[in-house]
Amino acid sequence: MNLFRRNVLKGAGAAGAVSVAMAAGLLKPGTVFAAEWNKAVFDSRDLGSVMSAVGGAGAAAGDISVKAPDIAENGAVVPVEITSNIAGTESITLIGEKNTMPMLAQFDLSNGAQGYVSTRIKMGATSNVRAVVKAGGKMYTAAKEVKVTIGGCGG
Amino acid sequence: MAEPMKIRASMSGDTADVKCLMNHPMETGLRKDAKTGQMVPAHHITNVMATVNGKTVLDAQWGGGISKNPYLAFKVKGVKKGDAVVVSWTDNKGDKNSAEASIG
Repeated sequence: MNLFRRNVLKGAGAAGAVSVAMAAGLLKPGTVFAAEWNKAVFDSRDLGSVMSAVGGAGAAAGDISVKAPDIAENGAVVPVEITSNIAGTESITLIGEKNTMPMLAQFDLSNGAQGYVSTRIKMGATSNVRAVVKAGGKMYTAAKEVKVTIGGCGG
Repeated sequence: MAEPMKIRASMSGDTADVKCLMNHPMETGLRKDAKTGQMVPAHHITNVMATVNGKTVLDAQWGGGISKNPYLAFKVKGVKKGDAVVVSWTDNKGDKNSAEASIG
């Protein structure tokens, strides 16, 4: 991943003009995102209300793997990888249980997208990273604890 | 305002791996500016959408809890080499950007 990042940084300058030109051509003015941003959930500072808003914790499932480091030295950048092997995975929601705003992201998957997302998140304190998976109308969940040495949410 | 973003898509077996790096400060709105002591206003990506050949495969909502200069990877089945992948985002200030790649 780091190598990828290096290349991106190196290429950023040269590729800049091209990308911007591409973006200008590709971005239709009326690009509509299907889901409106759910401000209430993302701004919520209460884990309980976030959990109920995303459909409750659901059943703990071994078919979901949450891959994250055991110890994150820098809470500002914690790589996480969620793999759901549950057939018909429709969405994956990421929650940082002790973050000031626990709701991190929700990914709706369709048209052949696999039950897999990988990204980097911020964590304010040592806590569980929780994945809530919706598959076939049912909710499943899995979590992994990440120890954070330096929090990445305040400053 | 729109900074360049980077996208790569490659086939492994019958599944395409799409990796994407976006340039964005991802401010949560909870951080204080060290010099002025003022709160830095929230400025983060709220929606990310990915399409393959025009069909939506991923529609995500993000909060400020995603790291600065976000990395996103996902996998799509049932696509083939040469298919066009487009990833686009908008943020809470109305900025937007997108990038396209063909699956290689």
